[in-house]
Amino acid sequence: MAQFNEMYQGTGVRPPYARLDDWVAAMPQELRSLKQAEAEALFRRIGITFAVYGEGGDPDRLIPFDMFPRVFSAAEWAKLEKGIKQRARALNAFLVDVYGRGEIIRAGRIPGRLVYQNEAYEKAVAGFVPPKGVYSHIVGIDIVRTGPDEFFVLEDNCRTPSGVSYMLESREIMMRMFPDLFRENRIEPVDGYSEKLRRTLASVAPKKCKGEPTVVILTPGHFNSAYYEHSLLADLMGVELVEGQDLFVDGEYCWMRTTEGPRRVDVIYRRIDDAYLDPLCFRPDSMLGIPGLMDVYRSGGVSICSAPGAGVADDKAVYTYVPEMVRFYLGEEPILNNVPTWQCGKADDLKYVLEKLPELVVKEVHGSGGYGMLVGPKCSRDEVERFRAKIVENPGNYIAQPTLALSSVPTFVEEGVAPRHVDLRPYCLVGERIELVPGGLTRVALKEGSLVVNSSQGGGVKDTWVLAE
Amino acid sequence: MRLTVDHVTRYHYDRPVRSVVQSHRLTPSVFAGQKTIAWEVTVTGGAQGSVFRDGAGDLVQAWTVAGPVAEVTVRVQGTVETVDLTGVLRGHKETAAPECYLRATLPTRADTALDSLARSAEGADPLALAHALSAAVADAIAYRPGVTSAHTTAAEALALGEGVCQDHAHALIAVARVRGLPGRYVSGYLFADADGQSHEAAHAWAELYLPGLGWVGFDPANRCCPDDRYIRLGSGFDAQDAAPIRGIARGGGKEEMDVTVAILQASQ
Repeated sequence: MAQFNEMYQGTGVRPPYARLDDWVAAMPQELRSLKQAEAEALFRRIGITFAVYGEGGDPDRLIPFDMFPRVFSAAEWAKLEKGIKQRARALNAFLVDVYGRGEIIRAGRIPGRLVYQNEAYEKAVAGFVPPKGVYSHIVGIDIVRTGPDEFFVLEDNCRTPSGVSYMLESREIMMRMFPDLFRENRIEPVDGYSEKLRRTLASVAPKKCKGEPTVVILTPGHFNSAYYEHSLLADLMGVELVEGQDLFVDGEYCWMRTTEGPRRVDVIYRRIDDAYLDPLCFRPDSMLGIPGLMDVYRSGGVSICSAPGAGVADDKAVYTYVPEMVRFYLGEEPILNNVPTWQCGKADDLKYVLEKLPELVVKEVHGSGGYGMLVGPKCSRDEVERFRAKIVENPGNYIAQPTLALSSVPTFVEEGVAPRHVDLRPYCLVGERIELVPGGLTRVALKEGSLVVNSSQGGGVKDTWVLAE
Repeated sequence: MRLTVDHVTRYHYDRPVRSVVQSHRLTPSVFAGQKTIAWEVTVTGGAQGSVFRDGAGDLVQAWTVAGPVAEVTVRVQGTVETVDLTGVLRGHKETAAPECYLRATLPTRADTALDSLARSAEGADPLALAHALSAAVADAIAYRPGVTSAHTTAAEALALGEGVCQDHAHALIAVARVRGLPGRYVSGYLFADADGQSHEAAHAWAELYLPGLGWVGFDPANRCCPDDRYIRLGSGFDAQDAAPIRGIARGGGKEEMDVTVAILQASQ
């Protein structure tokens, strides 16, 4: 399989990486080890630990950081940005539609079953339109690259995609360790993210809110693997970080306990799942949420970001239909393509998948974190056969995709510098406006040849550069 | 028929609680089968919170009671004029797609016994099938109070062969889904007439979605479709989702609940 190296083409260096060639050549092994140790110490000092949404694993583990940056040219990014924003618009239009009249289903463009019988579809918000018609305020879109101009969306994350703290901290640390690099290259800043996020959240305050909205971040607590990120974002935005017990419902509003008495809350950026938000509406045994919150929300007293029910748009079976959403709601052709996907629940697709199994990647519909998946070409015959049995037993639970030749970026490894496969998760902000900071989180599969970038499967992170014009 | 309702729910806490938050579905549905003449819900020491109509067409009213409080009484009093529509929920405005009721919840999940019960029913068309399913549930689960609890699932009630209206409704929802019909849980009131044939004044039944007719009520517990003796309050996936009162007390002791319901025919 021909693999696209984002830096080296034969003996040449692609223009975005031009200056990095000298940089790495001029860095002796000793200095590199020193810098690597310094980076690790910095990460440890900040106390950043990390788990991408639903990945599980040890919450206190440090994710490996690779100092070799991943670089996009201004032109490459311009196209990506357009594609990402287009997708985020379509996903939100879809959410408003399926909690409203369901035109896309009436038009026969997506099966109603996939939407209405989806675990993530919340009947409780049927008929409710959140402020500005936005359900997913932070859309994390996982993108892979296979060639100079070939980008594919692997999955969408419409609920509470995490990892943005790694984007911010990686940059911070790179700037501290290699200030020269940032003088020599014109790199678009990412530190505007927190202000953009604050503005996005404030822009979806309920109509009833007059004046400057009070925004809070709702966290499940310090035991959560992304707690560091919750507290970092609260700090950077200058808003309160709260747990369920800090909030309560009284009258038509939600309030925060403060030392100066109750303060009304207008926008809740929640980092807990729908099921735990309100024991009076969802799981009655939830201790993390706020009793009565959903009544206040549905009567327009408070905004919740992402809106309850947003998860129905990022299901792996619904994913197949996102290009259709772009055409249906926006009347445009999708700029970013999906990876061709076969639904094992469909008889024809299943037949094809079973035939080509050793060549395919197979995933569980509701799975995440790189668990429970098959990467055909990397597996033994036995493993493939065992997986085949699982698919046959419950075909509807699986989707399959071709094994993509993921692009690679030079990465520091034991022996020096070697190409490793990467993906990209940009964070698109949707409120009154749609905004995107240039870059995102680049995850890198540190194991040689590995195509799985998830941190739970031995993945690391890189600083992601977008060069100015 | 003109019916009067007097429904009192008393919550008692063995130690005073810090606060109580409730979400009510205690207002009669708006549809051709019933017209509300007068209706009032009072909560002792309570303050009204948000009010809105949800996607299923139910009016939801939130209440909060500031503590310390050891007792909270919710009283519903009103008069409703009802018409017999043989179960058809005509003129009910809602936005929730019927298909979303094809999803199973814990109490309405079909096990193999419910599955075969569902497949034993025969009907030439969906309406006939719905009647057959309701009859099959009534035959399989005898009405007997006290053997099941609020947490009993449809599968457990069928295994016991006994239960109350909640179990009948859960079972009917489960078997309907097996046959591809969306089903949902309905809570409301039932006027127990003089011959003593009806059960339970605070009542529950199921609605099934039938092509051409829309939502139609079936009450296996009484082997009939809801008529002018019924007052409809709200619906949901199951008893918990459709509960007329969902509430939570913070910072206190054990809760005891006591309910009295009187449904009477009003003198004209």
